[in-house]
Amino acid sequence: MAKKFMYMNTKAPYGSIYALESLEVVLIGAAFEQDVSLAFIDDGVYQLTKGQSTDGIGMKNFSPTYSALGDYDVNKIYVEKESLEERGLSLDDLQHLTWEDEDEDWAEKDSIRLVSRAELADVIDDQDVVLSF
Amino acid sequence: MTTLHTVNKSPFNSSAFDDCLGLAKSGSTVLLYEDGVYAATSGTKPADAIANTDGVTFAVLGPDLKARGVEGKIADGIKVVDYDGFVDLVAEHDKVHAWL
Amino acid sequence: MPIEVNGKSLEVDEEGYLANLNDWEPAVAEVMAKEEGLDLSDDHWEIINFLREYYEEYQIAPAVRVLTKAVGKKLGKEKGNSKYLYELFPYGPGKQACKYAGLPKPTGCV
Repeated sequence: MAKKFMYMNTKAPYGSIYALESLEVVLIGAAFEQDVSLAFIDDGVYQLTKGQSTDGIGMKNFSPTYSALGDYDVNKIYVEKESLEERGLSLDDLQHLTWEDEDEDWAEKDSIRLVSRAELADVIDDQDVVLSF
Repeated sequence: MTTLHTVNKSPFNSSAFDDCLGLAKSGSTVLLYEDGVYAATSGTKPADAIANTDGVTFAVLGPDLKARGVEGKIADGIKVVDYDGFVDLVAEHDKVHAWL
Repeated sequence: MPIEVNGKSLEVDEEGYLANLNDWEPAVAEVMAKEEGLDLSDDHWEIINFLREYYEEYQIAPAVRVLTKAVGKKLGKEKGNSKYLYELFPYGPGKQACKYAGLPKPTGCV
């Protein structure tokens, strides 16, 4: 039986290795066909900003890979509202992540769900396994 | 003695930025780079604190802004520099205080 | 052991994957395939080019399951299935085709 896995992303990209490591673990874990959710809180919300361009810092820009999560059946992406607001950001500043529902003739659906801290607490409470990065 | 302060940690995740702001004297410069650049983005408490600090010059490293997709969110009055500009700042000041 | 392609010596890792993505040219795929006793047909190239486009867009080599689904969507159900892909690339469509395409080994492949 599939377990519910949640990956909590709490760190900004590029300044440390956590964001990239988390993304790799998520992609590897997706092969095991579990019920996967991602949460982005605190500086983790910075991972999803659009328009990242790393040519000037000599690091790989891994932000395009978040768009592939839908292909990996990772389509529950929770972004915490309070964390966004504290950073002067809104959903418009983030990438538009979608997934395609094969059962509905590849209808495109939004992956990102904007949730309050209290709502996120309930989602986390419902998980079997929570991994924090 | 003129000082260049450098901060490379997110202001939301470390006390480095607050510590630096509290101890930077008038006439000094604060350069934000790596995750420190988030302090320069508008609509945040750190950006308000920068706006309310008189006599201190604030600069931010452009390539780190671009990498993080926040180039368009930079608050008013903060100078964007490239790597050469970083070197110039180091040369122009008597010492560098790298905050951790 | 580097591989020789069009007079150039290209670095590869211990499993034969190109060390530098930018070293790739179509002849790389031809040389790698020949070493494994495979002649590349248009059908092979369709998948190799598909993988290169996927990498260009998402910066990852897709897992086999993802590749199969994505091929099915783009090239049709008769190509988006394991049987078709394994017939083309008997060592595994993920591993073998990604290698020929000059990509890293798919994330999650062991």
